[in-house]
Amino acid sequence: MAELVAYIVAGLATGAIYALAAIGFTLVWQTSQTINFAQGEYVMLPAILILAGVSFFGLPLWAAALLGGLVFVAVFGAGFKIAVVDPMIRHGVLPLAIATMALAIIMKEGAKDFFSSEAQTFPSPFPAGAVDILGVSLSIQHIAIIAVAFIAIGMLQWFVSRTRTGRQMQATAQNPGVALILGIPVARMVMLTFAINAALAVLASVLVSPLYLAKFSNGEVIGLFAFIAAIVGGFNQVRGALGGGLIVGVVDSLAAAYISSSYRLAVPLALLVLIILIKPEGLFGRREERRI
Amino acid sequence: MTEVVAPSPPPSPPVARAASGLSRRLDGVLLTLIAGAVLLWFLPVGMGRYGTYVLTLWLVTSIAVMGLNLTLGIAGLKSLAQAAFMGIGAYTTAILGTKFGVDWYSCFLMSGLLSFALGLLLGFPALRVKAHYLAFVTLAFATLVWLVFRNEQWLTGGTFGIANIARPTLFGIRTDGALAFHRFVVVVTLVLALALWWLIRSPWGRAFLALRENPIRAASLGVDIRAYTLLAFAIGSAYGGFAGALYSPLVEFIDPSPFALSASFMLLLMVVAGGSGYQLGPFVGALVAVALPEWLRFTGGLYLIVFGVVVLLLLIACPQGILGLAERGWNALRARLGAGAAEPSR
Repeated sequence: MAELVAYIVAGLATGAIYALAAIGFTLVWQTSQTINFAQGEYVMLPAILILAGVSFFGLPLWAAALLGGLVFVAVFGAGFKIAVVDPMIRHGVLPLAIATMALAIIMKEGAKDFFSSEAQTFPSPFPAGAVDILGVSLSIQHIAIIAVAFIAIGMLQWFVSRTRTGRQMQATAQNPGVALILGIPVARMVMLTFAINAALAVLASVLVSPLYLAKFSNGEVIGLFAFIAAIVGGFNQVRGALGGGLIVGVVDSLAAAYISSSYRLAVPLALLVLIILIKPEGLFGRREERRI
Repeated sequence: MTEVVAPSPPPSPPVARAASGLSRRLDGVLLTLIAGAVLLWFLPVGMGRYGTYVLTLWLVTSIAVMGLNLTLGIAGLKSLAQAAFMGIGAYTTAILGTKFGVDWYSCFLMSGLLSFALGLLLGFPALRVKAHYLAFVTLAFATLVWLVFRNEQWLTGGTFGIANIARPTLFGIRTDGALAFHRFVVVVTLVLALALWWLIRSPWGRAFLALRENPIRAASLGVDIRAYTLLAFAIGSAYGGFAGALYSPLVEFIDPSPFALSASFMLLLMVVAGGSGYQLGPFVGALVAVALPEWLRFTGGLYLIVFGVVVLLLLIACPQGILGLAERGWNALRARLGAGAAEPSR
């Protein structure tokens, strides 16, 4: 029993990180129909940038984290939007999706060739060790990750639903045409979602890298899980991505512990197929009406 | 909700245009295919073993991309599992050939049939729901198939793979040499390309196009959407299987790595980079993905980055792919010469 709880908490911790990536993924999808196949690489790269800042420029860790995060948001949030999305989005969803695949190759190979092909340890912002809660020993790191991710998602939810800018962003996502007529600066709102996506990726990267080490190839699995989380939870909702991320994280953790390590990836995938067959709009999603 | 950000749908590739221009254009495709086959028959003479190998690999990859081009470019279905079907073909051929001594031609047919049947099985539940869910289901399928290749050691050899895959014999002539096998692949590729050329010209092909352009209108005109969608996907998958059946004897050793999800992404990239919906697009796209990294070897370890940058810039400059760019240039040239106004649909 104690073992089961520990596995579930570990699953919730990784699931919360997947949720951060999945939320960015759905935000960008909602406002600009961009399917970002580089989403996993978005979570991989910030940690590498931070480590590069420490080892190449001798920066202290906090300064490297700040600088690395800012550079990442500028280049892969705003820069990506201006240089890749803007010229391509008029030509439909597919060429842009393929372009993000090329971007994923560039990010992955760049991390490998210019930094390291080995897995690097990444310092954890939280103390190691465990606490006993009701007789169950839980890792402090896992609990801290869950707390930080939930605070971040809570703040995002507050921003989106309670502030003027956030509501304008939501309006842009729901109907850009009407939003434009109402005087909402649609272009700026779309840009904002790309920046938020990049910032969420930085946070996810800082949280996940102490657990799994920082490695150029990490993006493949993280991207796949973010994608599954978004679909399982519901492609068109922030709470869907959150729920999907947590479910996928727990399912993966339990599958690894109780089913088989060589087929652990198969369980979340089976869940994905099941959801598509039974409830295609996702567990927490809204049904989209058919457009002719 | 796409009015502002994505105001116009992508312009249709030429095969979707008026029927008057269609037959002339397709004859151009036919001539190019046959001329290309003749050229490729003689091209590798004096190129050496490795050069010939790369050329053959390009053709084998083109077959898989052709299938995906039918699924995506002609019928408009997004599949993220073409490399998995290629893997199924490759493993079918390798296992039947090395463990049961089945001759290559039977293996080839079995590979295609198995991929076709799995395509039907996979597409049926996905398409029952909605066409674009096929992409998600194929993503899951591709990863599951790769897991089976890696984990079922008794059947696939796991990460150790399967070695000593024999090359086929044609009319008693062995194709063990690089050049002989290359010529064998040229013939098979030509036959498969001609079959697809014929299919796209046939009423079935027109139905596939209708499916991509406007599925609801196609249904109202009496096209059985689900049957045709399934068929397009299954035939595209079968081409993946055929490509795999040639891939095994080409490399003579297979392991799970070339059939991972990223390889499926790569094949999709080739369809779009070459020009989705153009019948010669797969050859151009596969050339970019197979040969460009070889030409970029001089950059040392950086060749994959340079490759990614080239593809990204190419797509930004021309989202319709290389053949889309070529057609635009050709049309502009004709318009400047004053011939464009007389015959605009060409």
